[in-house]
Amino acid sequence: MSEEHKHPSVDVYLRVAAALAILTVLEVGAFYVPAFRPVLVPVLLVLSAAKFALVVMFYMHLKADNTFFTFLFGAPLLLAVGVMAALLFLFFGALTLRGAAGAG
Amino acid sequence: MTHAAATHHTSMGLDNRKLAFWAFIGSECLLFGSLISTYLVYKGRSVVGPYPHEILNIPFTSVSTFDLLMSSLMMVLALAAVQRGDMRWGKIWLFSTALLGLVFLGGQVIEFTEFVHKGLTMSTNLFGCTFFVLTGTHGAHVAIGVLWLLTLWVRALQGKLGPANAMTVEISGLYWHFVDVVWIIIFTVVYLIQ
Repeated sequence: MSEEHKHPSVDVYLRVAAALAILTVLEVGAFYVPAFRPVLVPVLLVLSAAKFALVVMFYMHLKADNTFFTFLFGAPLLLAVGVMAALLFLFFGALTLRGAAGAG
Repeated sequence: MTHAAATHHTSMGLDNRKLAFWAFIGSECLLFGSLISTYLVYKGRSVVGPYPHEILNIPFTSVSTFDLLMSSLMMVLALAAVQRGDMRWGKIWLFSTALLGLVFLGGQVIEFTEFVHKGLTMSTNLFGCTFFVLTGTHGAHVAIGVLWLLTLWVRALQGKLGPANAMTVEISGLYWHFVDVVWIIIFTVVYLIQ
């Protein structure tokens, strides 16, 4: 028995495309507006995550598809983010700690 | 044996090709995760120029990003058309997706050529090495996607692609959208966060 899931309508696809376009304009806008400089990195990461989620949920149909597909995608994604965080800590965290020890 | 009869489902009731493809996409997350990590670890450690802020062209890459996002829209429209049996629009949207992919690749060729003329190659500094490996690997994925889409388009022209093969189009779409989400991250991490 196959498990069929209803995909979003064309209307939903168009709305998602509009949202993606607006989010991209906001990203590039935030890059050029000096007032955003102190919070640029978190703002860009949030906007990027929103675009990522929209594509994965609606265009890759994970929102409506079987949750096992979400697991197959989500588990390696979390692992990749974990590896990234660990590597950044190893390189930059160790440098910061060494710097603090040197200063002390 | 028809194509539909050759399709198998797992004991969970899921299409085996789709299941395998999601597992492949999971492995691709780790590949790009390691490349992005390498870029970030070496970020700001180049001892000679050109440096990112001197060479990256944000307006040009923003247009490329928009192009790739819109190609994802074309892809889902192609899938929707094939699923409802509207092969005329299915062919149009499939070709449009491949065309936008080619435009993206053209932009990347222009960008890489400009960088080389400005003195940035893979062996110039750490930025050049990690930048070209990361964006080049992504570009290679886009090129494979374009070839895949053009193959589907030719099959559609030959009348060998229809609603019975909608899963084939859906799986190629999963690959295309994955390439798109990887670029969403690269655009932010490499181009906008300098």
